[in-house]
Amino acid sequence: MKTKIIRHSLAAVVGAAIALGSAGARADEFTKQEAERWEAQFMQVVQKGRELWTSPALGKNGVVCAQCHPNAANSHPETYPKFQKQIGKVITLPEMINWCIRNPLEGQPLAVDSPEMTALVAYATYERRGVKLEPGKH
Amino acid sequence: MSNHYTRRSFLKTAGTVAAVSTLPVTLVEIAFAKPQDNFTFAYISDSHIQHIRAGKFVNNWDRGLIRAVAETNLMTPKPDFVMFGGDLAQLGTKAELDHGAGMLAKLNAPLKTVMGEHDYYLDLGEYWSKLFGPQYYSFDHKGVHFVVLNSILTHDEWTFNRWPTAEQRMNEMAGLDNPNGSPFMVGEKQRDWLAKDLAKVAKDTPVVVFSHSPIQKIYKGWNFWTDDAEQVQALLKPFDKANVVYGHVHQIQYNQIGNIAFNSVMATAWPWPYPSTYAQAETYLPKLTIPMNRADPFFERDATGWQMINVNTGRVDLAYNLYNNRSRTVAFDHKRGHPADTQFQDVALEPNRAHY
Repeated sequence: MKTKIIRHSLAAVVGAAIALGSAGARADEFTKQEAERWEAQFMQVVQKGRELWTSPALGKNGVVCAQCHPNAANSHPETYPKFQKQIGKVITLPEMINWCIRNPLEGQPLAVDSPEMTALVAYATYERRGVKLEPGKH
Repeated sequence: MSNHYTRRSFLKTAGTVAAVSTLPVTLVEIAFAKPQDNFTFAYISDSHIQHIRAGKFVNNWDRGLIRAVAETNLMTPKPDFVMFGGDLAQLGTKAELDHGAGMLAKLNAPLKTVMGEHDYYLDLGEYWSKLFGPQYYSFDHKGVHFVVLNSILTHDEWTFNRWPTAEQRMNEMAGLDNPNGSPFMVGEKQRDWLAKDLAKVAKDTPVVVFSHSPIQKIYKGWNFWTDDAEQVQALLKPFDKANVVYGHVHQIQYNQIGNIAFNSVMATAWPWPYPSTYAQAETYLPKLTIPMNRADPFFERDATGWQMINVNTGRVDLAYNLYNNRSRTVAFDHKRGHPADTQFQDVALEPNRAHY
């Protein structure tokens, strides 16, 4: 289930900013190379997240995140942190991901600052790009 | 509750609802035939039995099917037969199909089955056919012409030439959102068969088609889609009352295209988000459909459910009983000429309570 995720053309965005001319200028601007490297680093982690999202090895019973959340839909990362009514307190997205790993995937939770958790959060958030932030929204 | 029902038959089915109020199956009452010919059948779909290793299977999905079968057996009146709507297995293995078939074997009523892509793409339906018989067929029952299609076929190149192993082919098709998948289709051979099959049927005979995919185009990215939907619809066009009942989507959908009414059934395994919740894609969820609210993952069977279908006007009316949500009824509205939710169709939900 390997997937190529289409990259944002950040280079095009940088190009457009330059085209604005002096009106959009800043002192000490980042170079195009820097911006491209940072984007590439980010997209690598998103890609890793997609692999984990569809990996039977993330849990213990072969169930994958994408079975219930194709394209990470209905994971609504823009609403976290929020009061998770079933848990009875305000939690972050990684805590909810760990709930899913423990329950439907019957696996062991990840450390919240592990590269795997970062990748899962990066993927889910990337698939939701463009949607406005609404922390606390149920 | 709808006034469009024949009240007597609704009350009759309502009594059955009370008796079996947690059934994740579809009870169908066909009442347009002669009253003495009235009959019911149950509909169970999308169980996705998933093998872990040796004798171990994913418990969550097992429980959905076990419950459906057990409760179907308690139904009164007894159903004349039980339809299974496809995706019995998750990855099409003998272990999964045998395990699922073992559960279905506990049904008291005769079983009829629809092919799903999860049953098919490992061995192209060979083992499934050994267990369940032909992949497409029709039958007449008490005045109704039923057609079962295998609607999850795809291009030959994808099926036969693209993948180094059968296992990889199955895995690629099993990922709903996998861009390496391929659009579903009924295909020319089956459409030719369908044309011949329907040629024998009087145009005022109610026709009910069962397929796994929707026979309409909703969202290609998740294969809520049938590539030759228009050609199949054209074959149904001459009939006064054509109905399509489909699985695959794990959610309530309904639509009307010309004379054809479309209704989906629930899964026993897990619910799917509506395609509109994927922010990066354009989708074509039928405008008529009032979506379900989102599922609560803390209840394993939430947003799986069952529906009772009354076809007493030659159109399918579905009473959905949903585990952790209010029950819904999607009935054919003869004034509007399409299926409509009897409670929610004209009521805009407050923004903070809407499906999100």
